[in-house]
Amino acid sequence: MIVLESLTKRFDNRTVVDNLSLHIRPGEFFGLLGPNGAGKTTTIRMLMTLARATSGRIIIGGQDMTRNAMALKSKIGLVPQHINLDGELTARENLDMHGRLFGLRPEERKSRITELLEFVEMPDRANEPVRKFSGGMKRRILIARALMHRPQILLLDEPTIGLDPMTRRRMWDLVRKLNTGGQTILLTTHYLEEAEALCNRVALMNKGKLVELGTPEELKTKVGPFVVETDDGGLRRSHFFPTREAGSLFIQDLQQDGKGSSVSLRASNLEDVFIHLTSGDSLSMEEGTSKRDSKTINHRAKDF
Amino acid sequence: MEQQAAKNPSISPLWAGISTILWQEYLIFSRRFWKNTASTMVTPILYLFAFGFGLGRGIRFEGVSYLEFVIPGIVALSTMTSSFNAVATPLNISRLYDKTFEEYLTAPIPMISLTIGRILAGAFRGMFSGLVMLALTMVFGVHLHIGGLFLLLLFLNCLVFSGFGFWAALTIQSHSEINKFNAFVISPMSFLCGTFFSLQNIPQFLSAFLYILPLTHTTNGLRTLSLTQTFPLDSFIALTLYALLFFGLGLRACYQVEE
Repeated sequence: MIVLESLTKRFDNRTVVDNLSLHIRPGEFFGLLGPNGAGKTTTIRMLMTLARATSGRIIIGGQDMTRNAMALKSKIGLVPQHINLDGELTARENLDMHGRLFGLRPEERKSRITELLEFVEMPDRANEPVRKFSGGMKRRILIARALMHRPQILLLDEPTIGLDPMTRRRMWDLVRKLNTGGQTILLTTHYLEEAEALCNRVALMNKGKLVELGTPEELKTKVGPFVVETDDGGLRRSHFFPTREAGSLFIQDLQQDGKGSSVSLRASNLEDVFIHLTSGDSLSMEEGTSKRDSKTINHRAKDF
Repeated sequence: MEQQAAKNPSISPLWAGISTILWQEYLIFSRRFWKNTASTMVTPILYLFAFGFGLGRGIRFEGVSYLEFVIPGIVALSTMTSSFNAVATPLNISRLYDKTFEEYLTAPIPMISLTIGRILAGAFRGMFSGLVMLALTMVFGVHLHIGGLFLLLLFLNCLVFSGFGFWAALTIQSHSEINKFNAFVISPMSFLCGTFFSLQNIPQFLSAFLYILPLTHTTNGLRTLSLTQTFPLDSFIALTLYALLFFGLGLRACYQVEE
């Protein structure tokens, strides 16, 4: 559905996206993860022709994406990171404007607006100017707007940034409902639990490069499905284990040595994968290198 | 989804773009109608007061009263500033701050419709302030010959400066740069281009330079039409060329913006 071929973006001497190749399949809920500055937003902007690739190709549905590729643009819905609704206009007018730009007929626009305001649970706020809305409400209108023209592909750039945990979970429910309609979704986020909750497959980016690609489960297995965290004089360490038993044994050892205070054993999550990645290691289990098949990462307090 | 697109083939993307921009501008305009109109009236009233009644009631100038002489100039300059500012300021903000401009860039409309829509919207705003100004002069009891050609030339002037504002807003990198355009281009033109005096009275080499500037042609053309009712062909040609130039530059900027 979406194919990126050796996509590269350079600003002056800085390489923001470095030789990125990806293939996102139809109907997939795909997550693009990475720390700030990893190149996620730039990738989305290149997909929408808001930024021009220095080299490489973007092929969507078999066609090259350009600023004048109107047929392609009408298949894509964008939920940008920056809330770019017209604050002077009401929610209804913002949606109407989008429908007009995408060439929808008046009666179709009207029914679609009603349907979508219902979908994002804001039918009672339709005629209020958007500038009066809270951040979460604006985000919901932003999603409704992107759906006006029934896009086959939805690009969500950090859709829950700056939202409180409750509102975030409501957004997830909304977004999950979309994918069941068969749309291909590309989501960028640096909230790892978000990717874990929503995505079928994730790509981890760091410094513009694709570092890992797989299902959240695969990545967690790769780093070690269980993790023991220890506190070693202010230095937090994560030790990864292939099984829960191996982790428990490790803790027993620690306790025998009298260092068993403030340790925890839990299932690893994408965050561990992420920290592993940004600490510069590759994601392969080093079998049997340290005791009990553990793999240890140290990260200093300054990293947080 | 593809059937969806095929279901409405009759709405052309070109028209969708232009009509949406005009519709949106109209919504905003009508919502702020009285505020807009009131603020549009301030500058012309001050000009009329200072240069017309304060200075020129008794002065005769090129065979007419100074007021009759200066009004076409003031109309030219106030349509210039309001067309320029109607596009340059909001477009610049929408591009660099609210990013609402991206909604247009990512829509399936050709860039040419974005250019036409925005420039037309700005020109209509300029035209509105021009008409307010002309209505005011009538209220003040000044008699001018205002016909279709006068209004046409005025609209061309609005297109030129709306196009200039469009191009400026898309090429600059920060909001404060709009002020530079105002300080170095718009303001000097309002004083130099024969608004308040006749270009016949200034040295040849200087007036030759002033004839390069578009506002000179508007002022002269409007003045010729209102005072002598002869057809100022050179003004029409010059303004048409300028309008096309800025349209072309604006269109090109649409393709280059935010790369």
